[in-house]
Amino acid sequence: MTLNWKIGGVALGLVFFLAVLLVKPIGVSTQFVILDGIVADVVNPELVTKTDDGYTSTNAYLAKSGGKYAKSVANPLNYSFIFVIAMMVGAFLSAMMRGGNGADENKLPAIHYANFGDTPIKRYAIAFVGGFVVLYGARLAGGCTSGHMMSGMMQTALSGYIFAAGAFAAAVPVAMMMYKKG
Amino acid sequence: MQIVLALVIGALFGFVLDRIGATNPTVLIRMLSLRSLGLMKAILLAIGVGSILMFGGQMAGLVDVGHMSVKTAYVGVFVGGLLLGAGWALSGFCPGTGVCAAATGRKDALFFILGGLLGAAAYMITYPTVKATGMLDAIAGGKVTLGTVPGAKYDGLMALPGDVLGIVLGLIFVAVAFAVPEAPRGEAVPAPAE
Repeated sequence: MTLNWKIGGVALGLVFFLAVLLVKPIGVSTQFVILDGIVADVVNPELVTKTDDGYTSTNAYLAKSGGKYAKSVANPLNYSFIFVIAMMVGAFLSAMMRGGNGADENKLPAIHYANFGDTPIKRYAIAFVGGFVVLYGARLAGGCTSGHMMSGMMQTALSGYIFAAGAFAAAVPVAMMMYKKG
Repeated sequence: MQIVLALVIGALFGFVLDRIGATNPTVLIRMLSLRSLGLMKAILLAIGVGSILMFGGQMAGLVDVGHMSVKTAYVGVFVGGLLLGAGWALSGFCPGTGVCAAATGRKDALFFILGGLLGAAAYMITYPTVKATGMLDAIAGGKVTLGTVPGAKYDGLMALPGDVLGIVLGLIFVAVAFAVPEAPRGEAVPAPAE
């Protein structure tokens, strides 16, 4: 069952508050880079290397800001990476407790079915392309819906407002044009 | 200790995201196409509640101002936002909800994650080119908050007290959450697909 927006909104707000109270604001999209780095470093161990005062990388993006991403790649058991793994555990538990999504939904969401029929391959292609564009955009922006929009606007960060303006300016017309039914 | 906190707060976040319907692409797309704004109301309320508690806690001396982490403002934030928005509307997932949706058993979310890993890798490779365009250069002071938060390492865009402004904006977010209509296009909210 889905929570009423008031209870859900307060619960979500409490989670964001708890994060900033105890550790730091929530963010997710960086961890896609860290996982890429972990995989790439297995294939090519020269990618991330230890230096006298930390870590660096042959990839300019991993090496930026004093090698902080390189450091996370070298030490996957860090707060932000474990955080994302834990998110999956939390979502899994919630889904189990409400009885799961159902086989039809797991194959393809209702909104896709309403607009494009029983075309799972098409849905997977859309999800793949969507994922590519979302993460490229999130890394260009330096954050995603969690880090920029929610954590950022909550802290009155100017960058959070700029990001939200861009995200909705594109998302609303695309959603309206693409999904006319459902 | 940090790892324990990551496990607890992360699990809570994932649990709540699923409970507000954010792991369901149908709910996301119905929100972004302005058919059903229940989730939007929850998000606005969450930002408001988080803001009021954080800045209120700072004023009461209970919340460490040093825990704030403000990101830099640059042109790429807007451009990246446009890209993220387009992909978000196409797929019905954003990075956090996509990862959580996969954990709930959604197959399409696995393709989203795969695409996401490649998109992030593409950015890692093209980063020097993007940087050379100047799109990543700080604007309007870079890491700034709207007001000036006492004790924070960030500058304020305005000289107004940032904590008071944060609470006022938090209250505005809460008010907007209540004011936004559930179904602005007048369409009935269909029963959840479950």
